[in-house]
Amino acid sequence: MKYEVPVGPIHPALKEPILLRFTLEGEKIVDVDVIASQNHRGVEWIGMNRNNPIQSIYLAERVCGICNFCHPSCLVMAVEEIAGIEVPERAEYIRVIQAELERIHSHLLWAGVAAHELGFDSLLHYVWMVREKVMDILEIVNGNRVTKSIIMYGGVRRDIKEEHIPKIREMIDYYRQGFKKIAKLFLEDKTIKMRTREIGVLTKEDAIKLSAVGPTTRASGVKKDVRQDMPYFAYSDFEVKAITPDLITGEIIGDTYDRIVVRLLEVRQSLDIIEKAIEEMPKGEILSEQKVIKILAQIKKSEGEAVARYEAPRGEDIHYVKLKSNFEQLYSWKIRAPTYINILSWRPMLLDMQIADIPIVAASIDPCMSCTNRIIVVKNNKEKILTAEELHELSVKKTRRMMR
Amino acid sequence: MIEKIFFAVIGCIFIALISIFFGLLFKGIDRKIVARMQKRVGPPIRQPFLDVAKLMTKENIVPENAVRWMYNLAPLVCLASSILLLLYIPIPGLEKIQLNGENDIILVVYIFIIPALAMVAGGFSSGSPFATIGAQREMVTMISYEFPLAISVVAIAWKLSTIFSENVFTISFISSNPVFNNVGLIGFIGLIILLFSLIIVIPGEVAKIPFDVAEAETEIAQGLVVEYSGRNLALFYMADGVRIFAMASLVVNIFFPYNISNIVGLTGYLATISDFLFFLLKVFLLIFFSITMIRAGMARLRITQVVTSYWVTITLISLIGLLLLIWDNQFAISLPW
Repeated sequence: MKYEVPVGPIHPALKEPILLRFTLEGEKIVDVDVIASQNHRGVEWIGMNRNNPIQSIYLAERVCGICNFCHPSCLVMAVEEIAGIEVPERAEYIRVIQAELERIHSHLLWAGVAAHELGFDSLLHYVWMVREKVMDILEIVNGNRVTKSIIMYGGVRRDIKEEHIPKIREMIDYYRQGFKKIAKLFLEDKTIKMRTREIGVLTKEDAIKLSAVGPTTRASGVKKDVRQDMPYFAYSDFEVKAITPDLITGEIIGDTYDRIVVRLLEVRQSLDIIEKAIEEMPKGEILSEQKVIKILAQIKKSEGEAVARYEAPRGEDIHYVKLKSNFEQLYSWKIRAPTYINILSWRPMLLDMQIADIPIVAASIDPCMSCTNRIIVVKNNKEKILTAEELHELSVKKTRRMMR
Repeated sequence: MIEKIFFAVIGCIFIALISIFFGLLFKGIDRKIVARMQKRVGPPIRQPFLDVAKLMTKENIVPENAVRWMYNLAPLVCLASSILLLLYIPIPGLEKIQLNGENDIILVVYIFIIPALAMVAGGFSSGSPFATIGAQREMVTMISYEFPLAISVVAIAWKLSTIFSENVFTISFISSNPVFNNVGLIGFIGLIILLFSLIIVIPGEVAKIPFDVAEAETEIAQGLVVEYSGRNLALFYMADGVRIFAMASLVVNIFFPYNISNIVGLTGYLATISDFLFFLLKVFLLIFFSITMIRAGMARLRITQVVTSYWVTITLISLIGLLLLIWDNQFAISLPW
């Protein structure tokens, strides 16, 4: 007997607005349908119609609460490329440190959520207690815990001062010592192994076919990392290598366990990067242009388009920006958040699994719905989901309208 | 005659109040201890009472496609049968108002099914897919834990029946003749094994992590009780506390029926009070080891893993305990006491 169970838009396992329609046979999942776009906030529209480019940085920060450094810096990189704004070397190093701090806090947050989805609340509280250390560093360095408001066209807004460095070193030591314990709790606990091994398998072929990004694809054995393939900021100095789970387990299955391994190893890698960055940080300015009005004027004058790629904790983040001269706002702005592309890999992961595996498999790609949406049109209480052809047609029309 | 009926009614109400009070108290202590283990502050110990008080004032919503009478009856049956359990399971100091001498252990094991069955009925009747999945899971869990539970209980009664000629299948008899005093060394090891398997059965019986598949919060949104609200939810909440109390009392009565008053040498009211408090302490310790500790240190299992662990692992363990108890009759190595 088949029956349908909706998970979402409001459900304790996925605390974000997305609807998964499962067709079940007993406890087994036979079909999955993902319906996104429960929460369209019109971020791009505001950036293109209401805000000036500097206000758009702070808007981009609010695309997602956790990746609040990657979205603005992706936008900033695109605009800098078009307008030809130089960035001092010290600012690039500070950006690297910020990005890696964010990766640590995001991965630890994810680890806690994953433990909660497995019903292991003690581990959730332990991991989040450990995470407080990096949040403290973020607060010391930025003045804010969450929305950091640090990036700016042509550099960063706050310097990492001499007195911050011992505290960051202390944090690195704290995590180096705590890493073994966390790794032991996550990788050797019997119940976690029982619940994650061979669960939600994404094969290498599927990962390439669905063009998954970030830890999701690296856990399947695809060595894809923007920091390695196309270094931005000062990453070319650090020789970042894409991490695959065979470093610990010796084999690549592409299951949920492997995704835990990849994220844990990335935390360690981030610590190495931060350590190297604070050692080799050059002296100098942190902003190429102090006066905001001058930057705005420069952006307003420039014309062209650019795509920036950024390795966010969840995967590759892409911002497309087009500027037109004498046009105050961003002329065109398109965000492609990592979750948007990873959602597709839910289907091969979830098919033939059990209901009990839904939360942990769904959480294993670290979904972030606030970055993701699709179009649904509701007219006279009848909803209509736009197909790919209709969307393409609409975008062609819009491009023509903009070219005029 | 009228006097007897009057006392029976008063006794029932008294037992109900006591069991609900201690059930909720133990729930509060359990939550506080788990919070401390996780380095949280945790809710105050009176939190379950506040929860019940608040739920009682809330609106009672019945879903449109629910079977109304069954939906409203299930919580009542659940709580009533949980309290009925405590009329049978002897508590020191309350023997006068309990059904002493009629508490057949097989009957009690059967009554333990009723609260779970009432929850299943409530889940199925609420017409929500989550509750339906939860009800199915609860039934599967029930089938899986009953087997080791029955083996353990029957093994102990059988052991006593080889020694005594009276009706050994009453809990009051088992608790007045502690089973540890009547076995040799091999039987002692067997009893420890049976105790271990019963301790693993307790979280399954009262639906706590790692066996809380029927109410899994992150999977099926509290499953069985997902549609319940207000008074009905409060009844389920209280029944949950009473069930934990009853299950722990049963295990205490089977394995640790020792009283403190004989050892210290108290008499009269003082003895009754100290026995009662000592009993509560034993129940608390059992809850601590079987629910609180396991709850804090494990992840939730999948339903297939629950069935495998009960039917294969725990059943095998309890069968080994039963075998050791049988062997004990042949190779009688007596213990020092």
